[in-house]
Amino acid sequence: MTVPYSLPDDQIEVVHAPDPGGAGGLYRALGETMRGLRTTFARLAEGVNTISYPEQKVPVYPRFRGRHKLHKFEDSGLEKCVGCSLCAAACPSDCIRVVAAENTPENRVSAGERYAAVYEINLSRCIFCGYCEVACPFDAITMGHDYEMSDYNRSDLIFTKEMLLAEPLERTPLRAEGE
Amino acid sequence: MLAEVGVYEAWWVQVLKGVIIFAVGLQLVPVVLIAERKLLGRFQGRYGPNRVGPFGALQPLADIIKLLTKEQFQPSTSVRFLFVLAPLISIITAVAAFAIIPFGEVVDIFGTPVGLYGLDVSIGPLYLFAFGAIAFYGIMLGGWASGSKYSFLGAMRGAAQLISYEVSQGLALVGVVITAQSLSLTEIVYAQEGMWYIVPQFVGFLVFMVASFAETNRAPFDLVEADAELVGGYNTEYGGGRFASYFFAEYLNVLVVSGIATTVFLGGWMIPGIDTPGWAQPLVVLAKMMGFVFVFIWVRATLPRLRYDQLMSFGWKVLLPLATLNVLVTAIVVSI
Repeated sequence: MTVPYSLPDDQIEVVHAPDPGGAGGLYRALGETMRGLRTTFARLAEGVNTISYPEQKVPVYPRFRGRHKLHKFEDSGLEKCVGCSLCAAACPSDCIRVVAAENTPENRVSAGERYAAVYEINLSRCIFCGYCEVACPFDAITMGHDYEMSDYNRSDLIFTKEMLLAEPLERTPLRAEGE
Repeated sequence: MLAEVGVYEAWWVQVLKGVIIFAVGLQLVPVVLIAERKLLGRFQGRYGPNRVGPFGALQPLADIIKLLTKEQFQPSTSVRFLFVLAPLISIITAVAAFAIIPFGEVVDIFGTPVGLYGLDVSIGPLYLFAFGAIAFYGIMLGGWASGSKYSFLGAMRGAAQLISYEVSQGLALVGVVITAQSLSLTEIVYAQEGMWYIVPQFVGFLVFMVASFAETNRAPFDLVEADAELVGGYNTEYGGGRFASYFFAEYLNVLVVSGIATTVFLGGWMIPGIDTPGWAQPLVVLAKMMGFVFVFIWVRATLPRLRYDQLMSFGWKVLLPLATLNVLVTAIVVSI
């Protein structure tokens, strides 16, 4: 049997304070107190580590799973979503509702045969697992970077197709490459 | 006549002096409040309050307004009269104890000799301990009259703790009194002309500081209000203005203890090698006091609360023998 760690290298020496009473106790009372005071004073000298959130934001990583976005083809302006409801089937919290309708020559919305007449995501139920993004065969739905979605009404958290298609406000900084 | 007064002043001088000293003194409490919260934040790597006013400087004002506009709640099990009286005792004694801190010597202001202190009595430390003893009724009555078990436990702890550490605090000052041969605080300051008493009375200084932490119910001796065990200790049932007066009294006590330590061990308004002019003396005293306040906050940020038996055994088995020994050695050295 092999040990997955090497004993001399991974050993950490634990320094115990002396027992109370006597000279060791005096050292414990004074020396260790001074050590504690030095530790806290070092924190004072070190400065503040706070990020003042609404004013300063931590940039998110490119693969951060925030609020969903629906996409259109850049050249033709048609929606990528063909209303197949695979996202709704994949959704573990059952928060996506898709109602499909047929494309007609007069009313052509998506590139495929059908399009999503209704596409709603209930963000108060969404767990941001990203399964919808994985399930989508046309990359029509992706997870964005926005995580600031608090609202005063539950009904305001049901995002419609227009809201998901709209270019989101840049509220969240994105981490630059290699940052 | 209970005690002799150093310099006799006209009554209007005393009234004016009282108003000025307490106006300044009470303004210090919000400063200490904001300093504590800001510094505790910095000690923990965060900002502390920084939203109200510039750099959060108006936070204590906002807190006080909030407390004063709250309902004056009284539990139905409380003893009404004592419940109302207890915070008053606390704050009155704290303010009264502030009177004896000397901020300077007797100076000439427009031809009138004025002592830069509230009162220069020949019983300085005794006056302090007398009011300290009454202040403890504020805590006791407050805890008992609330009719709540947490308040009562806090008050009982407070009683035991204050009695235990008052002895050591008093004995620590006895060493100074023996060295200075006077009980008047200004006389004690004058006696430190050559050397601050922190040097010959270093043990006394340490004992006094540790006992002062316990006397003002500050961490690591804040068992009186140990929030984890007793919710809030003796002031659990208090809210609004009455809580504010307890809170105020607590911080005023910190200032008083800092002032006494400055006077007795750090030479009051004296700076070695410099003859401090009259106008600068109060500033020197205030600066030294703020130094002590910083130490109070620093220790609070560092040390965890003691267990109750540790508190008691430390007070009686370590601090009291040390203080007694200090007095004995001082007495022998002085008499030689």
